[in-house]
Amino acid sequence: MRFTLNGKPADVTAHPMARLLDVLREECGLPGTKEGCGEGECGACTVLVDGEAVCSCLIPVAQVEGALVTTIEGLGTAHPLQRAFMDEVGAQCGICTPGMIMAAVTLGPKATLQEVRTKLAGNLCRCTGYEAIYRAILRQ
Amino acid sequence: MADAVGRSVPRKDGIGKATGEARYADDLTFPGLLYGRTIRTTIPCGRISSIALDFDQAGFTVVSHRDIPGRNVVPLIVDDQPSLVEDEVRHGAEPVLLLAHADREKLLAAEVTIGYVAGTPVFDPELSRVCFKDVVIEKGDVAGGFAAADTIVEGTYRTGHQEHLYIEPNGVVAVPEDGGIAVFGSIQCPFYVHQALVTLLGPAVAKIRVIPTETGGGFGGKEEFPSMLAGHAALLALKSGRPVKMIYDRAEDMLATTKRHPAIVRHRTGVTREGRLVAMEVDILLDGGAYSTLSPVVLSRGAIHAAGPYRCPNVRITGRAVGTNTPPNGAFRGFGVPQTAFAVEVHLERIAEVLGLDSVRLRERNALRPGDTTVTGQRMGSDCSARQVLRAALKKSGYRRKRTAYAGTDRGIGVALYYHGSGFTGGGEVRLASRAAVELTANGVRILASSVEFGQGTRTMHAQIVADALAIPYQDVEVAEPDTSVVPDSGPTVASRTCMVVGRILERAAIELRERLGDLSPAEYFRRHGPVTVVKQYEAPDWIRWDEAGFRGDAYATYGWGCDVAEVELDRDTGEIRPLRLTAVVDLGKAIHPALARGQVEGGTAQGVGYALLEQVVMREGLMANAQLTNYLIPTTLDTPPIDVVLVENPYPGGPSGAKGLGELPMNGPAPALVNAIRHLGLDLRTIPALPEAVLEAICASR
Repeated sequence: MRFTLNGKPADVTAHPMARLLDVLREECGLPGTKEGCGEGECGACTVLVDGEAVCSCLIPVAQVEGALVTTIEGLGTAHPLQRAFMDEVGAQCGICTPGMIMAAVTLGPKATLQEVRTKLAGNLCRCTGYEAIYRAILRQ
Repeated sequence: MADAVGRSVPRKDGIGKATGEARYADDLTFPGLLYGRTIRTTIPCGRISSIALDFDQAGFTVVSHRDIPGRNVVPLIVDDQPSLVEDEVRHGAEPVLLLAHADREKLLAAEVTIGYVAGTPVFDPELSRVCFKDVVIEKGDVAGGFAAADTIVEGTYRTGHQEHLYIEPNGVVAVPEDGGIAVFGSIQCPFYVHQALVTLLGPAVAKIRVIPTETGGGFGGKEEFPSMLAGHAALLALKSGRPVKMIYDRAEDMLATTKRHPAIVRHRTGVTREGRLVAMEVDILLDGGAYSTLSPVVLSRGAIHAAGPYRCPNVRITGRAVGTNTPPNGAFRGFGVPQTAFAVEVHLERIAEVLGLDSVRLRERNALRPGDTTVTGQRMGSDCSARQVLRAALKKSGYRRKRTAYAGTDRGIGVALYYHGSGFTGGGEVRLASRAAVELTANGVRILASSVEFGQGTRTMHAQIVADALAIPYQDVEVAEPDTSVVPDSGPTVASRTCMVVGRILERAAIELRERLGDLSPAEYFRRHGPVTVVKQYEAPDWIRWDEAGFRGDAYATYGWGCDVAEVELDRDTGEIRPLRLTAVVDLGKAIHPALARGQVEGGTAQGVGYALLEQVVMREGLMANAQLTNYLIPTTLDTPPIDVVLVENPYPGGPSGAKGLGELPMNGPAPALVNAIRHLGLDLRTIPALPEAVLEAICASR
């Protein structure tokens, strides 16, 4: 199975029906993508496939053949959203944060609060009450 | 230079949580790793008669209770819960066997058949014959108080289970290492786990250490449960001689781990015509589930807070925590108080209605003030802020104006006043005798404490306190990871004690170290004289008195105070209650890190919104029937209203820079404030969660 992972070619041997989440975390060695529920409800495993935010726990790896896959590691360590999440305490325990940031990067510039709330509606956070996440995203 | 405390300094977590570099239990890998699985009971009550392994055991490690080298218990207050069932079954998700294998698919495919002699389960706590703990707290002359009352108001209030729903499920990795074992995991209380392993593994395993990884949320759900899970992984690792990873999936986590205790709280209150509380009787029933876990102390805390933050001369509080055949309930942010705070605050609203008084006036009239005594006879100090937070919340929310404006519309507004004792109840802190240390490094100092960072900001806040006490730059303070082989036992990371209690121990250690250094900087002293470590132990304030048997005296060193105002909108067709805005005003003594403190209040408030309006654990034959996120709903971005936070700083002299406990406080207010807002719509609800079905019934009843 070949696809582009964080800008580089990837060739994996996992079963085609293996969850993209497991392939990323185990075969590709990128554990930044987290599993919260395994049923597509919490969004902790959110990655981008061809620019669209998806739950990688619901995607068989066969489905990303030839696609562009971006994980939290693909944003590097200096993306403005990453710093903003830490500064504004948009991350507390941090387990939802990679997924939350991957969902947030798909927001257009100058997103409104309502747009942010709608975009993140599939990403659960149990620590923050979301307010600090909005502050982090809206300060961009 | 003492400018770290009170500022939202950069967090010690660094950037890792936002880049994916932070490592949680499931992110750890070790050579030769096996995966572990738990085989559980499938009936709620009875005895095991047979166990059959219906799979090829090649490559498997199988552990039963016979493989336990020490004592087969998960030690806590009472050692009643086995690590692995031997014979008697008390709930339908009890661990019986442990399996490990290198291949997860083979592991999951393995089938085990357990035969039973079924017993008769009890699911209704009111029918239980097992009492884990009962308490009686008495003050004044209750009969005399009722005799002097103009009116008596009674009511029964019910709260349901609540699942913690930390986004990272429980998980650990046990790794054999030179004659012993190391357990890494998602853990709030490393020394609880350590003690559990010492008990379970016995003297044959000489070296045991516990290392919390990054912990993806806890809320009490990783207070006592990891002691069970760590023991299981350790047994498998010792038998196989290989590292064993056990990470629960969401369904297993929701099915088998602890939850908030359901409660039935009955109130009977005598009040004068003018609205003075003259007698209160409160009876609390907590459903403890199958084993006692922390139920005795959850009940104590709930009972001590059950009369609310009010001065009433004559009070009798009784309570029982009883056994049923469900998985045991346990610690959850608020620890008994969200249940009793819900009851008393909705009851107060009803008393005001009976008297024809404004409920805010009723609260103002009776709220505790400095010099008043609580139900245990504790005299309130000058940092008692009940009236202050009430007034601030009314002002911030525009309560009075909206209360009038919303009348007769589909909008409602409600208020709740609450408090929360900081640290362990009664003599708990003295018994813990927590220790924490500060040591010199080549560059500054390092904090040694067993307090765990699970989102609340432990590392950052402790470093701020130490930096200021030493008068050194914040960035010169580092925080050791809470590995039990490295740090002293600072007690568990629970009970809103990490800042006020452990922070104060660290502050004292830093002050003593400062004296040792004289005019030298830490680095200069280290260069000239070598390493220095100052360890300090908890010292109770000299004025504290507590009688455990009679529940008399100073139940807590101090209290945090809060007032919530909730605004809601009702959809009369669907019964849905939409929260529009929550205003939360809390007195936390001192905000060591204002942004982190605000985050605690916002997060706790959102958890309270879920508790009040969404989160229903459906129990069927003693097990959670909706053990998945598809139909156990917690608040999303679209369910969570805007939350206005006001931090009030009325300092407690015994806390670091005046800080009190904060973490649990904001959990206590949202449920009663929301249900009181629903009352403003003319709907009489006395049970949470207030799901649309219940609201529709209340609409029908109101016609």
